[in-house]
Amino acid sequence: MSLDMTPTEPQGAIAEARRQAEICNACRYCEGFCDVFPAMFRERAFSDGDITQLANLCHNCRGCFYSCQYTPPHDFALNIPAVLADVRAESWERHAWPGGFAELFQRQGVAIAGALVVGIAAIFLFMRAAGGGAGEGFYAFLSHAAMVAIFAPAFLFPFLVLTFGIRGYWAEVGGSPVRWSHFAEAGRRTANMTNLSGGQGQGCNFEKGDRYSQARRHAHQATMWGFLLCFASTSSATVLHYVFDMPAPYGLFSLPKLLGVPGGILLTLGSFGLVALKLKADPALGATARWGGEMAFVLLLGFTGLSGLMLYAATGTTAVGWLLALHLGAVLTLFLLTPYSKMAHGAYRFAALVRDAQVRS
Amino acid sequence: MSDLDTTWDVIVAGGGNAGLCAAIEAAEAGCKVLILDVAPEFYRGGNSRHTRNFRCMHKGPLSVLTDTYGEEEYYKDLILVTKGKTDEDLARMTIVMSEGCLPWMEAHGVRFQPSLSGTLSLSRTNAFFLGGGKALVNAYYNTAEDLGVAVAYETEVIHVDVEEGRFTGLEIMRGGVQQRLEAKALVLASGGFQANIEWLADAWGPAARNFLIRGTPYNRGRVLRDMLDQGADSVGDPTQCHAVAIDGRAAKFDDGIVTRLDCVPFSIVVNKNGERFYDEGEDVWPKRYAIWGRLVAAQPEQVGFAIIDSKAVRDFMPSVFPPETADTLEGLADKMGIPANALRETVDAFNAACRPGVFKGGDLDGLSTEGLTPPKTNWARPITDPPFYGYSLRPGVTFTYLGLKVDRTARVSAGGARLENVWAAGEIMAGSILGEGYLAGFGMTIGTVFGRIAGQEAAAHVA
Repeated sequence: MSLDMTPTEPQGAIAEARRQAEICNACRYCEGFCDVFPAMFRERAFSDGDITQLANLCHNCRGCFYSCQYTPPHDFALNIPAVLADVRAESWERHAWPGGFAELFQRQGVAIAGALVVGIAAIFLFMRAAGGGAGEGFYAFLSHAAMVAIFAPAFLFPFLVLTFGIRGYWAEVGGSPVRWSHFAEAGRRTANMTNLSGGQGQGCNFEKGDRYSQARRHAHQATMWGFLLCFASTSSATVLHYVFDMPAPYGLFSLPKLLGVPGGILLTLGSFGLVALKLKADPALGATARWGGEMAFVLLLGFTGLSGLMLYAATGTTAVGWLLALHLGAVLTLFLLTPYSKMAHGAYRFAALVRDAQVRS
Repeated sequence: MSDLDTTWDVIVAGGGNAGLCAAIEAAEAGCKVLILDVAPEFYRGGNSRHTRNFRCMHKGPLSVLTDTYGEEEYYKDLILVTKGKTDEDLARMTIVMSEGCLPWMEAHGVRFQPSLSGTLSLSRTNAFFLGGGKALVNAYYNTAEDLGVAVAYETEVIHVDVEEGRFTGLEIMRGGVQQRLEAKALVLASGGFQANIEWLADAWGPAARNFLIRGTPYNRGRVLRDMLDQGADSVGDPTQCHAVAIDGRAAKFDDGIVTRLDCVPFSIVVNKNGERFYDEGEDVWPKRYAIWGRLVAAQPEQVGFAIIDSKAVRDFMPSVFPPETADTLEGLADKMGIPANALRETVDAFNAACRPGVFKGGDLDGLSTEGLTPPKTNWARPITDPPFYGYSLRPGVTFTYLGLKVDRTARVSAGGARLENVWAAGEIMAGSILGEGYLAGFGMTIGTVFGRIAGQEAAAHVA
């Protein structure tokens, strides 16, 4: 990078973020909040890739906004959390394939709701068409073979899209070959949600304006760990099925249930907690054009967890059939929308943390 | 009609650091407290919004502060910048009390961070606020709110009624309506007059109309003037203000920290006639930036131009506005409105006076010109490598020195007699201790120490 870098043509959020970052770089008061500002202050000029990396490092804790002397109505009109949220979401849209899907589902909550309806309907249709028959438990409604036929591609396709997206991101931000230590550092920051700690463990400024709070960090932790436990539950069931020839259903003291039940509870509480916090927070400090898509996505996450728990609670009753369709429909929709919804943030955020660890090392 | 109660235990005029400290102390002592701030809520906090650290004495590592910083060293630093224009008793009291203030600040919501990148020289003496002064102001407002302190924004004190040495009430203007408020005690924490251009021009001369004001536009000195008109004892040079050289493109008010320019030691600075006027390399920038406001103020139209070439462009902190750039000196002169031939002559003479040697950006490198007037005694490298860069410089006023004289209890006096129930804290009385110059982070120290004293004393008077 050089100071006489010819400015790229105006391009909306990235250009605006660059303008704001150059003001931050002359102030530096916010250095202690998170990883974004030390990363910013390492540069004197910002390429598009630099801005994209800063945006994906930002966890929208908003500490910088409430501390800033230069937010509107000051003429400098800084709003770092909002402009980075826009750049971030645009980067996921840019790296998703097909890109149009990402624009649709990130912006339109209605589209996510519609996708959910279609997902549930599809599962119903599969149940009717393929039927269950011989198996026990859920398999009485939808056979194991049918589930695999639906969910193997529904998992692999988004996984591939996301993988290619992250490769594109890595090229854009100028990433170099990764070492284990970078993964370990990024993992540590993810596990602790270091970037929602406010820098000193006091939390972030979300639902209470300029007062710090731990609520969002806790709700996000519950959601993230809940999701990961649910994912681990499904994975363990797959291993039990194929490796140990132990097909479902599983009892309460089996690995899938021991992981899945707490996971479902955490996912449900965390997601609805995030919904409540999002309703209280100032929408002007986020990606305003994508508020609906984000809200619908969090609701979908919560619904996935809740429907799973209800399904478990309904074991042995006649409700299992339709609850299974609801839950599998939600899971199907969640998986398929992963590269095109807020869900993608997990992958990009982790990539940004790995890149940051790389630059710092 | 107003929504404000008309009687209070303690009224605090001014909602910056000093006023907040006073209000919190008084409220913790059980008083019914009202803060009046002339600014709208967003601009609350006066110049405290723009501050970033607190200079603190400490006998060992304390919070984010490393090593030790004792009373004698602190006092010596103060004597150095004020050239002795201080009140030793008040100054030493402030220094000693600063050590107890830091834990008090933390206990009332203020968070500190290690010294910022580019400010390592302050890591031992100055505790930086996490997020800067506005975060401190927010923390104090939240603490005050939790203690039941009432705050009235966009409310101006237009007159303090003092009768026979005693404050009896305030005339305020709120929502276009004049109203009288009464309280048992009054704390004045409403700052200096540096945003009052007319007053500055009266005191300094018409050149002051070209000065930029680094901080809030709300420090117009109305309370200070009202008290002085009523015979309150004053301190500090009424004609002087603290001014530094800042980016000439800054707004008239409130652009704060980001418009500082650190390029001067690595540049030559010319006036609008293209002539140099002072040794740019006299000392490291932290020790010289404060004199450049005055130097630029003495130049025609109160403007200067720092010129560097591509060798120097990375030697200082980035600027908020990009520099003017041209491939030739003449082109740069045209862009900046300096006569091109004059700039060329100045640069040629400077280049010819440079001597070979090793450039060291961080230290005094002794790389001096020879036979040039004025000389440049460090960091003198020929300006030869295009592209060339230029920054305009203007005086940026930080604060004024004239203030109310107070004693160790922050009490205001008139005609040498203490007023019965009026205290002052912060910039409005800082001239008592800081008669000249400035010591980074010391304004916040004075505000915190005297704000707390004023609040405690006012509460003791009410009780």
